[in-house]
Amino acid sequence: MENVEPVPPPRLRELSARLFRAQGREARSRTPFSEQNAIAFLFLAPWLIGFFVLTLGPILASFYLSLTTYDLFNPPEWIGFDNYRKLLFEDARYFQSLKVTFTYVFISVPLKLAFALGVALVLNRGISGLGVYRTVYYLPSLLGGSVAVAIMWRQIFSYDGVINQFLLQFGIDAPSWISNPDYALYTLVALAVWQFGSPTVIFLAGLKQIPQDIYDAASIDGAGRWRLLFNFTLPLLTPIIFFNFVMQLIGSFQAFTPSFIISGGTGGPADSTLFYTLYLYEQGFTNFQMGYASAIAWILVGIIATFTAASFISAKYWVHYGDQG
Amino acid sequence: MTSPGSSATTSRLSFLFSSRVLTHLLLVLFAFIMIYPLHWLASSSIKPSNMIFSDTGLWPKEIRLQNYVEGWFGAALPFSTFFINSFVISTLAVIGNVLACSMVAYAFARLRFAFKRVLFAMMMATIMLPLHATLIPQYILFHNIGWVNTILPIVVPKFLAVDAFFIFLMVQFIRGIPKELDEAAAIDGAGPARIYWLVIMPLLTPALVTTAVFSFIWTYEDFLTPLVYLTSMDNYTVPQGLRLFMASTGASAWGPMLAMSLLSLVPLFIVFFVFQRRIIEGIATSGLKN
Repeated sequence: MENVEPVPPPRLRELSARLFRAQGREARSRTPFSEQNAIAFLFLAPWLIGFFVLTLGPILASFYLSLTTYDLFNPPEWIGFDNYRKLLFEDARYFQSLKVTFTYVFISVPLKLAFALGVALVLNRGISGLGVYRTVYYLPSLLGGSVAVAIMWRQIFSYDGVINQFLLQFGIDAPSWISNPDYALYTLVALAVWQFGSPTVIFLAGLKQIPQDIYDAASIDGAGRWRLLFNFTLPLLTPIIFFNFVMQLIGSFQAFTPSFIISGGTGGPADSTLFYTLYLYEQGFTNFQMGYASAIAWILVGIIATFTAASFISAKYWVHYGDQG
Repeated sequence: MTSPGSSATTSRLSFLFSSRVLTHLLLVLFAFIMIYPLHWLASSSIKPSNMIFSDTGLWPKEIRLQNYVEGWFGAALPFSTFFINSFVISTLAVIGNVLACSMVAYAFARLRFAFKRVLFAMMMATIMLPLHATLIPQYILFHNIGWVNTILPIVVPKFLAVDAFFIFLMVQFIRGIPKELDEAAAIDGAGPARIYWLVIMPLLTPALVTTAVFSFIWTYEDFLTPLVYLTSMDNYTVPQGLRLFMASTGASAWGPMLAMSLLSLVPLFIVFFVFQRRIIEGIATSGLKN
């Protein structure tokens, strides 16, 4: 409120306005709409420019470009749906990138959420030092997307890395995980699962909101711990599970930095870590196939939209909102 | 509920106690596994390169800070260049997001204007939009106006409130501020601009701090955008510098490279430990991505 005080004494015109405004909430509607409208659009101006120039315009341009061949230096040349046809029927590396990305998403997202939920349930049992555990478990999520952590990961899973030094003590001579096409992708899955801390924090917040008297009532009725978990806690937590699932799903489809760093920008070995976005980057910014890359981008948007929509439809059958739980 | 005998109570208590201890043991062990890679990074950064893989003890037998000196000058340009570039970009991104998103959020939360519902829905729709949907046309746009290899394609979008997520965060927050405060200020003759700056902004501080912290972390960590736009080495950010280092030295200089990797995380550690509560709360209440 102190901040309101340095307002200079109102001028005469504003003085008359004060008379109206003194009537409170109703008086607001008497300020001319056109004036408020103009002021509002001044406040909105940055976002409006950004939205049309950097979001909506590019989306439309991207669709147009996906129907052309364009190398940035010669004008775009219309080729209809040829890019899409090539992608879906001829491009083996594109299929490889789909395979890699789907494998990554379908393994890392459930694993990550399972870890996050399990740890959150344990931490929610009124354990002391909750804050410290939460911090330690969250830290990898904060750092996990960085180049530094990817470099570190590459070292840990290399032939003479920490993992293999550890296995060697048990007499196991393991291969280089990073440069073996059978395992390289799973080191990236491990890196994703290592970052289970951020969904954990969200689960913990959701668990806190479950009213304690439900447990008291249920335990008077003699319900055991596991029955409580499956009949009360998990159903009440389904909206949070759903939220985390959708966010992780969308994020995982777009993973880029770890695979770029760990494979040295190639998606190797033998294209085994050729993530979708890596192939997009390669086509767009290494080969300057802007039209082709736009088609790749559009299919990604379609894939993410389809999976998000499917999640929302499935939510009707397993997510409990409000008092139905 | 039968009343348990005293011996049953004791055994139950000891069971409870031991299960608590067991839980803590497991949690600590798990925390150790989680933190171990970072610990390994820290201890490797002060070992001689040839001992990183042979000396696997928790604490290094021999401490060598030389790695940091060699690493700092190990890439084609000293890391000071990359750090300065990263800090300039991250600072501008923070300022842009805080100013632009709060202005837009104020309009959505408090002002009346035409097409409000439609515009709000459009704003919300962009939150879910993958970055890659706009990446290529944006690049073509910035290429055509000659902004490639400058920081403008990275920084200017922040001043145009492109990170709609933060707008949403602030709209939610402003809706929780009592309207009576605006009205009191309006009675004193303050217009929307003054109300925004003198009433809303001070009260919005928690949301502004959350926005600033996450803007900093995400911009500082971002690799794809600089990789696409910053093409000459003297414009590289820290992540690009690390990648350059990795590509140019290969496997010969692990010590210096891991030293620089750790150093690149230091600003994130500092921000995390200073704003820890804000970060955890921000994640918990609004589910900020990662």
